[in-house]
Amino acid sequence: MSTPPVAADEPPLIRIRDLSKAYVRGTQVIPVLQGVDLDVRRAEFVALMGPSGSGKSTLLNLIAGIDKPSGGTLEIGGVDIVGLGEGDLADWRAANVGFIFQFYNLLPVLTAAENVELPLLLTGLSRRQRREHVDAALAMVRLDDRADHYPNELSGGQQQRVAIARALVTDPQLIVADEPTGDLDRVTGAEVLSLLDELHRQLGKTIVMVTHDPKAAARAERLVHLEKGVLVADDANGAAEAATAHAR
Amino acid sequence: MFLLRLLLKNALRHKLRTTLTMVGLVVAVCAFGLLRTIVDAWYAGVEASASTRLVTRNAISLTFPLPLNYAERIRAVDGVGSVSWANWFGGIYVSERNFFAQFAVDPPSYLALYPEYVLPDEQKQAFLRDRQGAVVGRKLADKFGWKVGDAIPLRGTLYPGTWTFTLRGIYDGADAKTDEQQMLFHWKFLSETMRQRAGAAGANADFVGVYVVGIREPDDAALVSQRIDALFRNSLAETLTETEKAFQLSFVAMSEAILVAIQAVSYIVVLIIMAVMANTMMMTARERLAEYATLKALGFGPGFVVRLLAGESLLIALVGGLAGIALTFPLAAGFAQAAGTLFPIFQVSPLTQALQLGAALLVGAVAAAWPAWRMSRIEIVAGLRHVA
Repeated sequence: MSTPPVAADEPPLIRIRDLSKAYVRGTQVIPVLQGVDLDVRRAEFVALMGPSGSGKSTLLNLIAGIDKPSGGTLEIGGVDIVGLGEGDLADWRAANVGFIFQFYNLLPVLTAAENVELPLLLTGLSRRQRREHVDAALAMVRLDDRADHYPNELSGGQQQRVAIARALVTDPQLIVADEPTGDLDRVTGAEVLSLLDELHRQLGKTIVMVTHDPKAAARAERLVHLEKGVLVADDANGAAEAATAHAR
Repeated sequence: MFLLRLLLKNALRHKLRTTLTMVGLVVAVCAFGLLRTIVDAWYAGVEASASTRLVTRNAISLTFPLPLNYAERIRAVDGVGSVSWANWFGGIYVSERNFFAQFAVDPPSYLALYPEYVLPDEQKQAFLRDRQGAVVGRKLADKFGWKVGDAIPLRGTLYPGTWTFTLRGIYDGADAKTDEQQMLFHWKFLSETMRQRAGAAGANADFVGVYVVGIREPDDAALVSQRIDALFRNSLAETLTETEKAFQLSFVAMSEAILVAIQAVSYIVVLIIMAVMANTMMMTARERLAEYATLKALGFGPGFVVRLLAGESLLIALVGGLAGIALTFPLAAGFAQAAGTLFPIFQVSPLTQALQLGAALLVGAVAAAWPAWRMSRIEIVAGLRHVA
């Protein structure tokens, strides 16, 4: 599942220009994102930070293809996902995006292995092949001995690791993580972050993560800061200092 | 296969809720089947009618008899193959609760017209030979434990006095629609006994209740009926001839309001369980909103979500429906036992079973329709935010 090194002249994986999103409530138009320009290179680990209501989760949802912008362009891997219909967008997500949610969002009636297998059902892989991929993904997150456990038999950290395995199993080019440590204690959260870090370094995955947690943000290579729907800072090198300042 | 596995797991997620929903379905499907069977039983006589039999009765009322000498004239009508006759006897066996139909008939011609009453030949001959003999249907014999040779006393109501018959035969119906809860005896025995007992007052001794007319071609039913009635127009006993089916329907028509009410109740029961199950599926869908949003986020289309919810609903409906159909049989048997000879034919027909299954599946489909459509259209972001 590892990806080749990034060439210097390689175009960005994610290319966002003048992206905006607004909600309409009756006659009122509520802007959530305004004029966002952002490029994310392949194999980058980007953290989106900002106060509540800053639009960071909205930006993540747009990048993940689970929401539609009101304006602007959004290209991922050369595909203009804004122009895709609902069915094509679903297919694109299945092939290109791995999701890690704050509350894991595992199906409670499926075992860990079955939850990890879910995205593979949308591929043409045989049952045996799916099993192999599932076993590999669970091994990667060091939960191969919990494959037949149900979510309610796993700790929060273990459930999040299952979710990470599910996000990886189809080898997507992009991983989106919305507050992956938000529901975990500090120790477990650190374990999950280490795992994400490891996946980023070893597999070269492109990760875009929303977080309130400065420690989580410090793991990223790059910190993008939003306030009131506007991108106010994009610090590629000083991610740790920016996160610390935000924490103060 | 994965979808089926997921359906089963989801259906068993809330065992109590699923069980109670199924119980409701079982009760509704059972009630629907039982009520339909009651309606079918009412029409049993109609269903058992033959297209080659007509019934000729007094045009004024069924309670008015017809002269015996009409038989030869009817026999001579173009299109008529055979003629027989019958009198409703209306006797009581031990107690009024032991009601069953008794007919005084001309055995040779009557049994020829009703080949569905299957009698062993020796019993038939014994019956024909014994003027005081009688034959009964299998179900009636089993009910009272009668055997060939037993004496059957009846207390007359329309024909006063005690009437004792010797059971000479027990017939089996040729098919499930044949009435096996009636008794046939010799019309001549009735006539002669009436004449002996009543003397000059036995004027009705040479009168029959109805004529049963066998026609050669079913398509000629209307024409032959008109010919027969034309024979006796402007006589003291004008006739009304109709197909056996129409004759049987006239009895059903007397209870039509009841039958309509019973049918209406059977459909209302299904509607009620449909509403209950729709509520159950709405609750289920609301609880799993975040899961459906997750599936959509992962790339599963709206169709998958619809199949998930509708499939679960149909699965519950199928299991409940099949259980309801299975339970209908013992309930119908119990009802038939309690009703006694009121419904000579009381069977859960294949059509009723098919309708029961159809009703159950319809309930499952309709109950899931709205929630499945809604869930398929949920916005992923809104769904992910939902807390069940």
